[in-house]
Amino acid sequence: MSGHSSNQRGAADNSQPSSRFTAYLLNHAQVFISSLGKLYRAPVSNLMTVAVIGIALAFPMGLYVLLQNMQDVSGGWNGASQISLFTKLNVSDDKAAELGQKIRLMPEIESLHVLSRNEAMSEFQALSGFGQALEVLEENPLPAVLIIHPSSNHSAPDKVAVLVEKLRAMPEIDLAQLDLQWVERLYAMMEIGQRGIYVIAALLSLAVLLTIGNTIRLDIQSRRDEIVIVKLIGATNAFIRRPFLYTGFWYGLLGGIVAWIMIEVSLGLLSGPVQRLAGLYGSDFSLSSLGITNALLLTCCSMVLGLIGSWIAVGRHLHEIEPT
Amino acid sequence: MISFQNLFKRYPGGHEALNNICFDMDDGEMAFLTGHSGAGKSTLLKIISLIEKPTRGQALLNNVNLSRVSRRRIPHLRRQIGIIFQDHQLLFDRTVFDNVALPLVIAGYRHQEIGRRVRAALDKVGLLNKEKQNPITLSGGEQQRVGIARAVVNKPPLLLADEPTGNLDPELSQEIMSLFETFNQVGVTVLIASHDLELIKRMGHRQLILSQGQLLDQQEPLL
Repeated sequence: MSGHSSNQRGAADNSQPSSRFTAYLLNHAQVFISSLGKLYRAPVSNLMTVAVIGIALAFPMGLYVLLQNMQDVSGGWNGASQISLFTKLNVSDDKAAELGQKIRLMPEIESLHVLSRNEAMSEFQALSGFGQALEVLEENPLPAVLIIHPSSNHSAPDKVAVLVEKLRAMPEIDLAQLDLQWVERLYAMMEIGQRGIYVIAALLSLAVLLTIGNTIRLDIQSRRDEIVIVKLIGATNAFIRRPFLYTGFWYGLLGGIVAWIMIEVSLGLLSGPVQRLAGLYGSDFSLSSLGITNALLLTCCSMVLGLIGSWIAVGRHLHEIEPT
Repeated sequence: MISFQNLFKRYPGGHEALNNICFDMDDGEMAFLTGHSGAGKSTLLKIISLIEKPTRGQALLNNVNLSRVSRRRIPHLRRQIGIIFQDHQLLFDRTVFDNVALPLVIAGYRHQEIGRRVRAALDKVGLLNKEKQNPITLSGGEQQRVGIARAVVNKPPLLLADEPTGNLDPELSQEIMSLFETFNQVGVTVLIASHDLELIKRMGHRQLILSQGQLLDQQEPLL
């Protein structure tokens, strides 16, 4: 085959390592673009796939953002745990002040404020709206109140509980009330919420994986003949796999961006009413958005899900297709 | 180029497709593989093109034992073989140019090189002016020529053709066969499975005659 050997050499020149590598990169770049072009050429069905991915990701991520906002709102309350001690009615204001002095010396206490029976009465009159009705009463029905802020190293829920028990045991005290029980309950509920969101996120990520996997599987099946032909003319599995992997990548990326947009739009719609509600509570709280870090994280996760989904589909179905 | 030694191929289910086949083909030779349908022609070509593996015996392609080729190496060996199918197996979602360019894209050739080689191949089969058309708009003979251009574009040392003229009228068949001869004249080894006995006789190359999986006869060209 002397006539052919020169041709062979020609091919060898072209396949020197450096140009081989360039060609390899060029092929990647070309498939990267052409797989996006393929999505563009069937816009409706691909948009539906992308929208499904977007919704599936926007739902847990949106819940997560709302929860973060709730944590922001309630974050300020944690350090503010406060114990109200109501004395027995037979404890006079002087005795209450004396008791206050005693309690103030305890190491667990940061600060203490004594509200005498008269002060309690006037405060109640001012705030309750029963002002005139209360004037009718002959005797002040309200006890003195000692308002206690535990020191910072005793403000953890379990330690505060111990302190409350200790105070409640005092003979002058009728009722010791930890005002932050409801905050604790809120925190406990938010923790459940957080776990719930993780579970939902995991399930919906699986849904994204399956959606992309199934779409790629259908794509592979519809291009079965083409795969057989390119295998016959010497295509490696990597070469055949490449466009499908990039397609999965694009689904993931576009789905992530759609999810991002959905979350921002939803937060935008909610922010007005939320601000009004916060205003009614005298707060200047406003909904914070996803944030660039979370948004990038969301998009990256989505891209990775796209790649994994297509990888699984390609791995499962490509080697079934062999020329016969 | 090709060497079969005591080769057997039995399909699952017990059908003996090839039975003790021995033959050799030199570099640059051209030969026809004939026989009735079911005689084993396609199986023999499938073994050379690594679609099927022999059950027993030895098949060598360029001194590579085809029974021992790993899956990973199959694509690289296939690039040394140009395969032409009866139904030409073109892709109708792309142009003639892109169809012919496919082996070069797969092998990782550079853009300019691809353009040069594809046009050279299309020129050889006389379809240079149709490079931008979709193959579906071409006639059967033209489609077959696109298939041939795709098979030769990366200059493989071996061409295999399975009934390349099966769907063509005698005149076009003659034209296609002459095309194979021109490739053979520049040193390419050509093996064509066909049952167009008259045409084969006229062309006067070596014949490998298969019958029920056995090689009956190896007729030397009548000169």
